[in-house]
Amino acid sequence: MIPTQFDYLAPTTVEEALSALATHGDDAKILAGGQSLLPVLRMRLNAPEMVIDLGRIESLRGIRDDGDAIVIGAMTPHSVVGKDPLVKEHALLIHKAVEHLADEQIRHRGTFGGALAHADPAGDLGAPALALDASFVIAGPGGTRTVPAAEFFVDLFETAIGEDELLTEVRVPKHTGWGAHYEKFVRVAHQWPIVAVAATVKGSAGSLEDVKIGLTNMGSTPLRAKATEDALRGGGDLATAAQLADQDTNPPSDLNGEASYRRHLAKVLTRRAVTAASGG
Amino acid sequence: MTAVADAPDMAKEIGRDRRRKEDQRLITGRTRWTDNLSLPGTLHLAMVRSPFAHATITSIDTTEAMAATNVVAVLTSEDLGESQGVCINAWPITPEQVTPPHLPIANGRVAFAGEIVAVVVARTAAEARDAAELVDVEYEQLPAVIGIKEAMKDEVLAHPDLGTNKSALWVFDSAAAGTGTDVEDAIAKARTDGVVIEREFRQQRLIPAFMEPRSVVVDPTGEQITVWSATQIPHILRFALAATTGVPESKIRVIAPDVGGGFGGKLQQTPEEMIAFAVARRLGKPVKYTETRSESLVSAHHGRDQWQKLTLSAEKDGTVTGLKVELQADLGAYVAIVGGGVPVLGAFMFNAIYKFPAYHFSCQTVLTNTTWTDAYRGAGRPEATFGIERMMDELAAELGVDPLVVREKNWIKHEEFPFTTVAGLEYDSGNYEIATAKAKEIFGYDELRAEQKRRRESNDPVQLGLGVSTFTEMCGLAPSRVLGSLDYGAGGWEHASVRMLATGKVEVVTGASAHGQGHETAFSQIVADRLGIPYDDIEVLHGDTQIASKGLDTYGSRSLVVGGEALVRAADKVIDKALPIAAHLLEASVEDVKFHEGRFQVVGTDAGISLAEVATATFAAHNLPDGVEPSIDADATFDPVNFNYPHGTHLCAMEVDTETGQVTMRKYTCVDDIGNIINPLIVSGQVHGGLVQGIAQALWEEAVYDDQGTLVSGSFVDYLLPTAADTISFEVDHTTTPALTNSLGTKGVGEAGTIASTPAVVNAIVDAVRHLGVNDVQMPCTPERVFNAIHSQGSGGATEGAAMPHFDPDAEPGTSSTADQQGAGA
Repeated sequence: MIPTQFDYLAPTTVEEALSALATHGDDAKILAGGQSLLPVLRMRLNAPEMVIDLGRIESLRGIRDDGDAIVIGAMTPHSVVGKDPLVKEHALLIHKAVEHLADEQIRHRGTFGGALAHADPAGDLGAPALALDASFVIAGPGGTRTVPAAEFFVDLFETAIGEDELLTEVRVPKHTGWGAHYEKFVRVAHQWPIVAVAATVKGSAGSLEDVKIGLTNMGSTPLRAKATEDALRGGGDLATAAQLADQDTNPPSDLNGEASYRRHLAKVLTRRAVTAASGG
Repeated sequence: MTAVADAPDMAKEIGRDRRRKEDQRLITGRTRWTDNLSLPGTLHLAMVRSPFAHATITSIDTTEAMAATNVVAVLTSEDLGESQGVCINAWPITPEQVTPPHLPIANGRVAFAGEIVAVVVARTAAEARDAAELVDVEYEQLPAVIGIKEAMKDEVLAHPDLGTNKSALWVFDSAAAGTGTDVEDAIAKARTDGVVIEREFRQQRLIPAFMEPRSVVVDPTGEQITVWSATQIPHILRFALAATTGVPESKIRVIAPDVGGGFGGKLQQTPEEMIAFAVARRLGKPVKYTETRSESLVSAHHGRDQWQKLTLSAEKDGTVTGLKVELQADLGAYVAIVGGGVPVLGAFMFNAIYKFPAYHFSCQTVLTNTTWTDAYRGAGRPEATFGIERMMDELAAELGVDPLVVREKNWIKHEEFPFTTVAGLEYDSGNYEIATAKAKEIFGYDELRAEQKRRRESNDPVQLGLGVSTFTEMCGLAPSRVLGSLDYGAGGWEHASVRMLATGKVEVVTGASAHGQGHETAFSQIVADRLGIPYDDIEVLHGDTQIASKGLDTYGSRSLVVGGEALVRAADKVIDKALPIAAHLLEASVEDVKFHEGRFQVVGTDAGISLAEVATATFAAHNLPDGVEPSIDADATFDPVNFNYPHGTHLCAMEVDTETGQVTMRKYTCVDDIGNIINPLIVSGQVHGGLVQGIAQALWEEAVYDDQGTLVSGSFVDYLLPTAADTISFEVDHTTTPALTNSLGTKGVGEAGTIASTPAVVNAIVDAVRHLGVNDVQMPCTPERVFNAIHSQGSGGATEGAAMPHFDPDAEPGTSSTADQQGAGA
């Protein structure tokens, strides 16, 4: 369909973008890779008066090593993240999740920060970011602030980013040498996951030193499978620990499955994800 | 005819895997899609559609929309009046059929969500769309009836003034027809000393989902009003436009330029075409309308949507004795052009390749407040094939024998052809034995059975199942007399012309209007061989009523077996007409001249002349025999005397993850007998595409309504179409039993893959988990349904009437629905 008419700005610096946001307030929408915004506009689910395109802000692109973390610019396309050696070495879980994110075309256009800021609980990046204890660098009129992943995802399509703010980069603490696996359950390849489990593991099967597990599409935000993590850290066996994966979740019911079925899937997929992440 | 007796022997082009001539322009899109057309001064249309499934329109205020930028007109049903014509049902299946009138724009009441209530005309498409949002329509909602089982109760009515939702009951009974014995006797006997299998299957609602959205351009400025439309049926559309608007047929030209797929979904006379025609005439200016994908999914016709109650009786040794089929089919809100007839096409196919002595078929069609339904690839035959092939597997399971064994016991042996079936059709040819033997070998049937046994014994979490489908179908629609006996509104012949140009090139005109099938390539190959003219010198023309004046278009796997035969006959007439001219030019008697590989040769000499040279000489007309007209062009119209019966054996192996219900295709082998093959590459494409479409019904696709009548699978987020990433490499092979009903010995292939594959997949899934107590999984076999079936919850239950939002920031997530919420038609 054809979107309603809107004005368009393409700033070249974060400051310009922030100033445009300050001027237009909630009449403005941020365009990153457009893989969610464009369908929204074309289906006329939203009719912003101003679209601010971040595509020309070079400083928002790229991946760098920053000591104990790697830093991924918000406008870095998924395809770049997926091929980046730093990501593969220090945040293998993100590398694995990006491999199966949507399809090749979307991975070329869609951006790492755009997907996270959209905060679809069925999105593939939320659970890995949460599991890796990433933090989100948000620029606003008063300067920059950093929000931990646990506080970033607020609700369905809602994050800690204020109306006058922009996500500029995501800091991912290095998990060098950790095994990782993203177990995604879909009916067709290009679909949003019905449920997915992001697991990253220090140590190997039988001698787990640490484990972190994120859940995709098991509630209105990405979630951690805390009970399972705790049970495993306490030396519990995986089969039993995985049975706790749906604790404190609130999965949806839709065409692809009832909530109860998703709870069951979360347990099975958690077992499989941890097994695969620990080289099993 | 002696001159052409040896024509088939010189085959050079037939059988070649030529790359398709048309593909470069189709794939790049640098071609004549309807939406690519831009006529000067074109006005653009946007439709205002009802959000409600059933409602009275209490008022339509167009003031604000009319005042919007560059809006030329905003028109309602009242404004267009009789000029909008009506959407016709060309196949009333019984004389008593209840058929609601169907105006292109609803007048006073809407009967499904997506129905058009007004049209906005503006200078650009964007302005039209913007203004459409400003049309203020007030509705008073009426109760909506959704789903076949609700409709059958006749409590809530889709059209209250009709007094019932039941449209027509169509019955065939072999005892009454004299084609067999009484099925009730057979079932009663089997209940005492045989086996009776009773099952109820769901054919979910599907959406054709062609790649090119529907589009129409109408130019009223010439002497003929020209209509370009992304349609499968330009000839039928012209007839319907003339018949319902009063515009003389001779004043209408319809062009289906390049059309990007249809699968039956463009076999329709659409409200949008009628509205564009009326608006163009009213304003005297060219207009264009191109639908969005969202509009396409709610308003282009849907397919399938049946409940099938089947009762099969057999002797204890597995010999089948009777089949009783009771169908209920959802027409949607209106009876589409062949809507009621689609399930009736299945009436002749439930008995399939088996020798049932007794057969009874009934189909009750019902009206509901949903999108209308009509033909979708296979149209009636996939439903029938699914029903019978599932039942044969159930019979085998009941008897504890291999499903191929029970089939072989009952199928028609190759020496029994021609065979008149219990449904009254005469199958001309076939060989189910060799197709099955070949498929078994390629598939590695015995090895896979052994693996299945091992997995069962070791209680492997991933179980393996093998599914069988030994299908046949009736295609090549259709003998006109048969269509007449079924009260269909038209015939089933096809027309072709061969025009010999002065330069020796050839124009071939076919009435079978292609929409992606490859007619231009395959028909060129046929004519090249027949006339001995180089392939590249042949141009195939179609889809324009000024060029291809006669035709009945493309559907029902008819183009090659009906249209191709017309073409062969026209080409043979060209040779017949050229022969006396050639003889005259060669100064020989006609009896001494023989046509061979494009040349007329004086027998026993070197003297000869090519057909191209004869064409040039005929054009000059300087030296023709006395009384011979200066033309060797020829036409032929072919009306088949019988349907065409492709068959094949499809074998599918599915892995089922019993922990999650996930299903994964392991192997798919099909050996189809489609007679002689013109172009193996095109055949491969048709088989691959057909298989995926049939597999998609088994596994992925379903149009789901909520109980308010909203299509919740209204985008490709929720209506799951597969991509190449979701399929495996199929093993496709053939046996060749030439058809006896056309001179090329060909059979249709356009629908075969779709018809055959669906039951093979579901049979494989059920086979994988039958030992866990499962005897059916409702389609699409979602992981959740498979999981529920394994865990003793019947066939897996209905689809939730909710869809998860992924874009809408204001939407609530799909909320848990109650257990009685049902998929469409449930």
